[in-house]
Amino acid sequence: MEFFFEVLIGGLLSGVMYSLVALGFVLIYKASGVFNFAQGAMVYFAALTFAGFVDMGAPLPVAFVGAFVSMIVLGILTERVVLRPLVNQPQITLFMATIGLAFFIEGLAQIVWGASTRRIDLGITDEPIPYILDRFNMVVSTFDLIAAVIAGALVAVLAAFFQYTKIGRALRAVADDHQAALSIGIPLQHIWAIIWTVAGFVALVAGMLWGARNGAQFALTFVALKALPVLILGGFTSILGAIVGGLIIGSTEKLAEVYIGPMVGGGIENWFPYVLALFFLLVRPEGLFGEKHIDRV
Amino acid sequence: MKFKKTLFALAATSALFAGMPAAQADDQFVSLLSYRVGPYGNNGISVFGGWIDYMKLVNAKGGVNGVKLTWEECETEYNNARGVECYERLKGKSPTKGTMIHPVSTGISYSILDKTLADKVPLVMIGYGRTDAVDGRYFPYAFPLVTTYQMQASAMLKFISQRLGGKETADLKGKKIAFVYHDSAFGKEPLEVLRAESALNKFEVVEIPVAHPGIEQTAQWQQVRQAKPDFVIFWGWGAMNSAGLQAAQKVGFPREKMVGVWWSGAEEDTVPAGPGAKGYMAANFGVVGKDIPLIKDIVDTVYKAKQGDMKDESKIGSVLYSRGVLHGLITVEAIRTAQAKFGKRVMTGEEIQWGLEHLKIDQKRLKELGAEGMMPDTKVTCADHEGSGKVMFQQWDGTKWNKITDYLEGNRTLVRQLLDASAKKYAEEKKIQPRDCAAVDAGTETGAANKKTAKK
Repeated sequence: MEFFFEVLIGGLLSGVMYSLVALGFVLIYKASGVFNFAQGAMVYFAALTFAGFVDMGAPLPVAFVGAFVSMIVLGILTERVVLRPLVNQPQITLFMATIGLAFFIEGLAQIVWGASTRRIDLGITDEPIPYILDRFNMVVSTFDLIAAVIAGALVAVLAAFFQYTKIGRALRAVADDHQAALSIGIPLQHIWAIIWTVAGFVALVAGMLWGARNGAQFALTFVALKALPVLILGGFTSILGAIVGGLIIGSTEKLAEVYIGPMVGGGIENWFPYVLALFFLLVRPEGLFGEKHIDRV
Repeated sequence: MKFKKTLFALAATSALFAGMPAAQADDQFVSLLSYRVGPYGNNGISVFGGWIDYMKLVNAKGGVNGVKLTWEECETEYNNARGVECYERLKGKSPTKGTMIHPVSTGISYSILDKTLADKVPLVMIGYGRTDAVDGRYFPYAFPLVTTYQMQASAMLKFISQRLGGKETADLKGKKIAFVYHDSAFGKEPLEVLRAESALNKFEVVEIPVAHPGIEQTAQWQQVRQAKPDFVIFWGWGAMNSAGLQAAQKVGFPREKMVGVWWSGAEEDTVPAGPGAKGYMAANFGVVGKDIPLIKDIVDTVYKAKQGDMKDESKIGSVLYSRGVLHGLITVEAIRTAQAKFGKRVMTGEEIQWGLEHLKIDQKRLKELGAEGMMPDTKVTCADHEGSGKVMFQQWDGTKWNKITDYLEGNRTLVRQLLDASAKKYAEEKKIQPRDCAAVDAGTETGAANKKTAKK
């Protein structure tokens, strides 16, 4: 039973890491109704930029600020060059644009910083907490716990931002209808630039944490694949959904890998969350916390 | 607007032709299926950098018996489909169809195996690829050179036995080994030999696959913790390696009880893992470092002339850079061997096939080249397209790899039984008749004939 709980807790904490990436998707989707295919590339770009500044000798806070400024510039440029010409275009057009953007960002990151893996050392140990190991014979990593706290804090801040600020309300209006939002004086371009910057900030935090574990490397673009089933479960428009979805996906994929995997040859944790998401789609297409879509007939 | 379009067209044309050395008829053209971007670009940069630097060194010293090497890279991103496309594209660049082809990917090796046979272009797979091609009777144009995955896995077991206080693999009786592997053709190659060794020597193997790309391995390492193995064999590539080392640290599994395949034992794997990698061990071809005379020669000749391929010169002499140098060295030695028989001119694929099948690189020759100890003695024959089968082991001390053993050899008899059976099965499926290796060795058969029986 101890092992079951160890896997469960490990899965929940891994799920938090997925949620961090999913949050970036949710932010863009809420503001523009577009699934941002480039979110994984943004995580990679942010992590590589942060690591690049550190390698140049910058202290961690300076590197963080430098990377954040880079993400702001990237967000503004994305709005100017990619999104602004596509206002009022069908959402599929915007989606296709983000596919192109993903390739561009991946290439840009490698041109600027090189394709080599860079180490990120945040000074957080990724080792079992001795107290929990000795007392409960369970492995829980310090790093995972701190990542969970950071994710929780991010969610609280973002939820408050969307719910209680003027910009948050404007963001929700833009997500609902671009043209209507424009007609009542909401500056669409500013809103998009802000939301891409916030998504860039979330990508930076996710990139730093994922990069601290795996190094800042191209494979970080794949974490986006981990976030997809999280979004389907939690709903594309809910910040809380991203967290809950992450927890569900993280825990079930780990339990499935450990308990079902050996029966079918193992290596199932990549596709198992998608199967789970498929079942959710059949029962609740909008996800656990997504907005129910009602069409007027 | 018109000016802008013209400018764009000019820029695009320049970009297309920039860096493309023209393949001359009197140059030996080498196709390079490289990957410098994408998920494995981190590894490819060093491998292809070392390889190109070596070829530049050879050219700087007059070429291979006066024949200059030219090459062109085609970016595969380690993707099978792109690998096939690149092979097809580059083979048309010279009359020799690319001299020989190194896919530097097990997946691409499988994808172009039949094409290389039809084109009579030797398929060279140094430390990877289709391993039953060691049986040259059925695979005249495929060369899994130096050491196969199976021989490496078998040698690893002997190494583990020695680390656990034994001497031979038989001393592993009653022990438990966890095999954490990349769930792909590459990762599954050694499964059969591990199972056979386990049955023969009465130890247990716990198989734990990791799905590509392996950036999240918590569940797998929790399974390792639950299994309480005496040792872990880690068979990863790319992002999976540093993630696995971190995950081992996360569950508290000692890295001193982990040994990796030689594609899991480079600085690219250990540096990103930080302190989590200290104590970890891995197989390798031989010694590495900047003090090796050949590497010094490259620095003095190629880099001082500002012709080096590596932007990050700190990686010169690293594990993967050295492996790239060996790719170049083996390529050149095969051309040189072929030239000794056919004359000092550009070699065709068929002639290089002969060169590869008579390749002999011993420590004496390596010393002449300034590369003593960089790889084991290798002698290729028609019956043995592997040529060595030995590996050495190294350990990461937190800053660099250190050699910790001499060359070890696994159970050759057992491995060859398995590989020969697999090769025979392949030949039956493809209706290939075996070559007579005694006749090839005696020189009465040219070596590359691949007769197919008529379909019934």
